[in-house]
Amino acid sequence: MRLRLALLALWVAIAPAEAEQVVAGLSQDAISITANFDGSEILIFGAVRREAPPPGSDPMEVIITVEGPSRPVTVRRKARRFGIWVNTDAAEIDGAPTFYAVSTTVPFGEALSHTEDLRHRVSIPWAIRAVGTEVADQAAFTDGLMRIRLNESLYQMNEGTVRFREETLFDTAVRLPANLVEGDYQTRIFLTRGGEVVDVFEQAIPVRKVGLERWIYNLAHQQPLMYGILSLVIAIAAGWVASAVFRYIRT
Amino acid sequence: MQIYLPIAEVSVNAFLLLGLGGIVGILSGMFGVGGGFLMTPLLFFIGIPPAVAVATEANQIVASSFSGVLAHLRRKTVDLKMGTVLLVGGLIGAAAGVQVFALLTELGQVDLLVRLCYVVFLGLIGSLMFVESLRAIQRARNPAAATGIPPRRSRSWLQKLPFKMRFRTSGLYISVIPPLAVGLLVGILAAIMGVGGGFIMVPAMIYLLGMPTKVVVGTSLFQIIFVTGFATLMHATTNFTVDMVLAVLLLVGGVVGAQIGTRIGVKMKAEQLRILLAIMVLAVCGRLALDLLLEPAELYSLGAGGGH
Repeated sequence: MRLRLALLALWVAIAPAEAEQVVAGLSQDAISITANFDGSEILIFGAVRREAPPPGSDPMEVIITVEGPSRPVTVRRKARRFGIWVNTDAAEIDGAPTFYAVSTTVPFGEALSHTEDLRHRVSIPWAIRAVGTEVADQAAFTDGLMRIRLNESLYQMNEGTVRFREETLFDTAVRLPANLVEGDYQTRIFLTRGGEVVDVFEQAIPVRKVGLERWIYNLAHQQPLMYGILSLVIAIAAGWVASAVFRYIRT
Repeated sequence: MQIYLPIAEVSVNAFLLLGLGGIVGILSGMFGVGGGFLMTPLLFFIGIPPAVAVATEANQIVASSFSGVLAHLRRKTVDLKMGTVLLVGGLIGAAAGVQVFALLTELGQVDLLVRLCYVVFLGLIGSLMFVESLRAIQRARNPAAATGIPPRRSRSWLQKLPFKMRFRTSGLYISVIPPLAVGLLVGILAAIMGVGGGFIMVPAMIYLLGMPTKVVVGTSLFQIIFVTGFATLMHATTNFTVDMVLAVLLLVGGVVGAQIGTRIGVKMKAEQLRILLAIMVLAVCGRLALDLLLEPAELYSLGAGGGH
């Protein structure tokens, strides 16, 4: 870790540069979901490269987003019918990231202006695509989606968790929960001054099931009949062995 | 030790699953019930998606009933002909149940259906069992008041039904319609609730069909294995919700638990056992009913987006 940071700093120092630029790295190239997967933490570190002295008096800020694959979601709302709580209304959301974390050096509003947020789709509400649905109170459903995912730590707003180590070196850690969806997780690092984006750095980190988990999942979806029969055979074999062992113990 | 379940796509503690399997195993050993009707709601409570819980539980029931059927087959206490008739009804019911399940998943009402079924059936069975065992305890305390064997209910209308068939092992000559209907109901329940359905089938076989008690358990287990096995295959191919890892963990706990439970059960009185079971069934029912009746903390819920 320290070595990588040092190398990064060295590269920043010797490489030619045009303006202020951000260069960064991730602690892992890929995340593997194994049988005992219990979430993961990725360390994101980077440096700001500049040739001239810092322009203006606005402080330099960093915003880091990690975004999981986007999926359509049906949000349902319960209401009381005949004395019990039943799903009554539903709204389709065209695409919502299955995971979305925003980490910043200072409160979000200070680091990024509204127009820049809209242009780059940085904050959580902008990450959700919800257009052309027929439900009148669409916003309530989108809010519900955000609330549920924030509670499950699938969406995170970590203000002030990106720390500057030196004047131009920064790092943060993003916690990924256990119930991750497979896919490429896009990491974006925004360098801002006075609410304006100066530079963006992007890198993807693949999250994949591996080993037995991969094999079982593939079999279940690609050859479901085969998988069903195998489940039964394994279960019956286990039941028969247990019965045999029990008889052996009794005699 | 956390374990990631590949189909449920959640990470749970492996020892919690083994423990749950063990506890339900002990109870099923003590009371001689399958335990599916307790296990499935418990899986909901620990956060397994209902669709996965129901399908996986069907898989587990196949395995936990298998050793029982072998034992009954050796003792020749299985009415294979009656079992086959019940099975035909059961397969039709399970096929229909899985389709209903898939349809309601799409509509977002599957949770409601599963919970409602549980509340109704657990409430009904629990209350009946509670009242019946209270009466039994009173009779035991006060033998003078005992009225002997209750008179058999008249089954005259059942005798008039057509398509009669002879069931030698049970010593019956009855229409195939009632056993087909019982099988059908049990098949639907197996697919929707993830239960074997013994708690419905056993009383129905004794009181409705008039089968001798000694062949009832073996025959119902025979039917349950094939119906839940079929339901497992249907869920695996229609809904992709059978979690092999979850099933094996629950099974290992369950097999060990059942051995312990059988030993405990021998030492307790039948009426006490039944009243305990009734209380437990009513408690699970009450917990599920509260979820439906009280305003939930979160009114919104998420489902996979439909393909518009």
